[in-house]
Amino acid sequence: MAKITLDDLRHAYGPNPERPEDYALQQLDFTFEDGGAYALLGPSGCGKTTLLNIISGLLTPSHGKVLFDEEDVTGLAPDQRHIAQVFQFPVVYDTMSVYDNLAFPLRNRGVPEAEVDAKVREIAAMIDLEDTLMNRASGLTADGKQKISLGRGLVRSDVNVIMFDEPLTVIDPHLKWQLRSKLKELHQRVKRTMVYVTHDQTEALTFADKVVVMNVGEVVQIGTPVELFETPGHEFVGHFIGSPGMNILDCEVKGGQAFLHGQPVATSNASAVKDGAEGPLRLGVRPEFVSLSETDGIAADVVKVSDSGRYQIVETRVGDAPVKLLVNEGIEIPAGKTALSFRADRTRVYRDGWLVAGGAEA
Amino acid sequence: MNKLQNNKAWLFVLPVFALVAFNAIIPLMTVVNYSMQETFGNNEFFWAGVIWFQDILQSERFHASLGRQAIFTASILAIEMPLGIAIALCMPRKGPWVSVCLVLMALPLLIPWNVVGAMWNIFALPDIGFLGHMLNAIGFDFNFTRQPGDAWFTLILMDVWHWTSLVVLLAYAGLSSIPDAYYQAAKIDGAGGWAIFRFIQLPKLKRVLTIAFLLRFMDSFMIYTEPFVLTGGGPGNSTTLLSIDLVKIALGQFDLGPAAAMSLVYFLIILALSWVFYTVMMRNEEQ
Ligand SMILES: Nc1ncnc2c1ncn2[C@@H]1O[C@H](COP(=O)(O)OP(=O)(O)OP(=O)(O)O)[C@@H](O)[C@H]1O
Ligand SMILES: [Mg+2]
Repeated sequence: MAKITLDDLRHAYGPNPERPEDYALQQLDFTFEDGGAYALLGPSGCGKTTLLNIISGLLTPSHGKVLFDEEDVTGLAPDQRHIAQVFQFPVVYDTMSVYDNLAFPLRNRGVPEAEVDAKVREIAAMIDLEDTLMNRASGLTADGKQKISLGRGLVRSDVNVIMFDEPLTVIDPHLKWQLRSKLKELHQRVKRTMVYVTHDQTEALTFADKVVVMNVGEVVQIGTPVELFETPGHEFVGHFIGSPGMNILDCEVKGGQAFLHGQPVATSNASAVKDGAEGPLRLGVRPEFVSLSETDGIAADVVKVSDSGRYQIVETRVGDAPVKLLVNEGIEIPAGKTALSFRADRTRVYRDGWLVAGGAEA
Repeated sequence: MNKLQNNKAWLFVLPVFALVAFNAIIPLMTVVNYSMQETFGNNEFFWAGVIWFQDILQSERFHASLGRQAIFTASILAIEMPLGIAIALCMPRKGPWVSVCLVLMALPLLIPWNVVGAMWNIFALPDIGFLGHMLNAIGFDFNFTRQPGDAWFTLILMDVWHWTSLVVLLAYAGLSSIPDAYYQAAKIDGAGGWAIFRFIQLPKLKRVLTIAFLLRFMDSFMIYTEPFVLTGGGPGNSTTLLSIDLVKIALGQFDLGPAAAMSLVYFLIILALSWVFYTVMMRNEEQ
């Protein structure tokens, strides 16, 4: 058991990286606390697998260090790091039985057979593989195989962290849900650090206590699911998480007051915006925090209303900019001209993509 | 659901059937026909029943060449399969050397069989051939045209040189198709080199190796041109394999009936053994 620290970590696959684009992973300083459930969330190609493989030792980073507790493990091979990893496509040893698959990592480490047997049976019970223990592993379905991969990590008592690289990609939807709850339950039982890589926000938000959001090789925000939802630190987090994503609107700020299409908007941090700094300014507000207001507000035109089950998604336009809002089921939506009000403490100004720090809230 | 029967598709297959019939079945039936008749020339044939088959199955000459054939095939399989896998494992998996290795490996396969025989014949000649000369120079009494052991040595060496590449290429293709995740998982599970070979590579290679084994088995069991050019079946009859014997009977002695019966027996042996090997090797494979 150990906490995992990434110290000034960067990685480039090619030799002689110079520009930021040469790095598959931009500079990263972060600590995974012991026993936490983490998710690495980001779109395809953003460097999630790269980061995971660096932590497990399958890849040596081109810059920086990986520490387990205070020990520098950057140069250690995967089997010396006490980690386990579950891959996107289930890896099982085809010719072995389920039992032998689970026993394999222990036998390779010279664990006495009696102990192997006890451990394998304990874990098989935990992941519901008892009935198929003596079957050939190659005959199992994808979710069974994925459980074996997971089981091979769980049998070892020396494992600091179990890492999952999009483990549910090849699993049927109804089993996905089961396996995900199983993972969550296992985490609470074994209290090992788990790092779960995915590009699916639902998976990340349901599994993790802390979500690390990545985009093009860069960590854009680390936080609890609630923080990511309520206080996106970057426009990317705003529109990547949430469905529909955050409204992002060009705006102006004059003397600590934000203006949208010439109309003043109350925000939580416009007062912290410094005049004359570089980068475009934009306003971010989630559809959940926009409402129709009968009296005054920002003038808008209703363009389209669509039903999503629990609520209606209303698409409006403020000037040329599309603004979406959520309205509860059953409420009449006026056609044509209307007014919108943004909840001030959930409306924020972003400069060059990043949340402007300061203001009333910070 | 009620499946609609549509037999029109057979029409598309018919030309192939016709071709196969023309190519394989008709010549085969001619052989079957010959195998049951006696001829004394003048295009006169007499019914002979299964006499030729009885003769062949009891003939010591046939037993001897079948025995030599079995030893030859078993030897080259025992050498080429492990050697081919070993070479494939040593070949680089990526980088500029991959294509160099592949081309080098493919070269022996591209040389016509009679040329291979002629090459090795000259190569192994005790006085002027490089191999023969060197072996004699370092103290061996090597002469493949006179000593049966030396003839066998040269014959097997030639076949290994010519055909190991086929096993290498098939095994290499099989190895390249194993996803990286298997090796990564093995590393994390603490598996050593032998365990990786035994539990990942070998199981994943099983299908291609079965194909390689069957191809090498059938080819070597039918081999004719190379040993014919190299040793002509000699010295004496020591390297007279089945096909060489067959040609001697059919064309040398013009005994059409016995030769036809022998061909059929020969054909059935290959068919039966291939089936046995395939069944044994695939017995654990689920659909
Ligand atoms: N072996 C490699 N050599 C060179 N570049 C690579 C290699 N592996 C990944 N990359 C590049 O590094 C970047 C990050 O890749 P990575 O596989 O870490 O992304 P990912 O977030 O895991 O994506 P996905 O969701 O598709 O799995 C990508 O641009 C990819 O093209
Ligand atoms: Mg990936």
